[in-house]
Amino acid sequence: MFDPDVTSPLDDGSPAITPVGPVSRAIIRCRASDIDLVSNRIDIALPRAACRSVQDSGLSALWLGPDEWLILNATPADSWVSELSARLDGALCSLVDVSHRQVALSVHGPRAEDILATGCALDHSIAAFPVGMCTRTMFAKAEIVLWRTGAANFHLEVWRSFARYVEALLREAESER
Amino acid sequence: MLLLECPYCGPRAEIEFRYGGESHIRRPGPHAEVSDAQWADYLYNRKNLKGEHRERWLHAAGCRRWFNVARNTVTHQVLAVYKMTEPCPLPDDTGAPVGDPSMTPGTAMGGAA
Repeated sequence: MFDPDVTSPLDDGSPAITPVGPVSRAIIRCRASDIDLVSNRIDIALPRAACRSVQDSGLSALWLGPDEWLILNATPADSWVSELSARLDGALCSLVDVSHRQVALSVHGPRAEDILATGCALDHSIAAFPVGMCTRTMFAKAEIVLWRTGAANFHLEVWRSFARYVEALLREAESER
Repeated sequence: MLLLECPYCGPRAEIEFRYGGESHIRRPGPHAEVSDAQWADYLYNRKNLKGEHRERWLHAAGCRRWFNVARNTVTHQVLAVYKMTEPCPLPDDTGAPVGDPSMTPGTAMGGAA
């Protein structure tokens, strides 16, 4: 469940790196044959295309694998996942509340691609990593979910215990000119 | 570092993957008819090929899918990448493990032979 009193491990923002405020998160897993049913029940179309996301009325569905999606709710609510669970009653799927498993950072500005490139081997150019693309990948030795929300905006999800590690490396990269 | 093309996510760095050993190993059965030697062969014996190898990889820090890679263990050249349910797309591939037949440790290794 979502608890608004859980504090963020992250420091305050710097010009290019800002902690993202509280977000409710859920992981949905289901078979390809059940995607339509699950999408209808939760009111957001789970993307079938690899590494793509869908945004709809405050909800975001990020493709993590052919049977796995990360659902982000920008207006966190204690009851949200239990409501989803009730709506999914009878559907063959797995729904897990991961609101506090991970925290999010926003990496933004003209140097965002360069900052991320210091720890992540992906091609972050807009041609190879277009707006809306999302993927689980590695940043240095930590697993992250990287999601491009704008031409110069990246949303980075990292597990709570790795948050300070990733944040410190990002801030170090930001400090290098 | 290898650059492997995940069949779902596209080209990714090797650090996103875990190696899963030799691929196309069939479990012998039915179980009541499997000898200890066959079972030990299935569990422990691998070809350890020098040359073209069929192997499993897991995209652990990505889509978390297992898939197959045909790779030359000498040159590291990746010859093909294909999903777990697909046959090896190489034109000369029969679906059987490749390599020197004398190196195949036993009958439990599956394939067409």
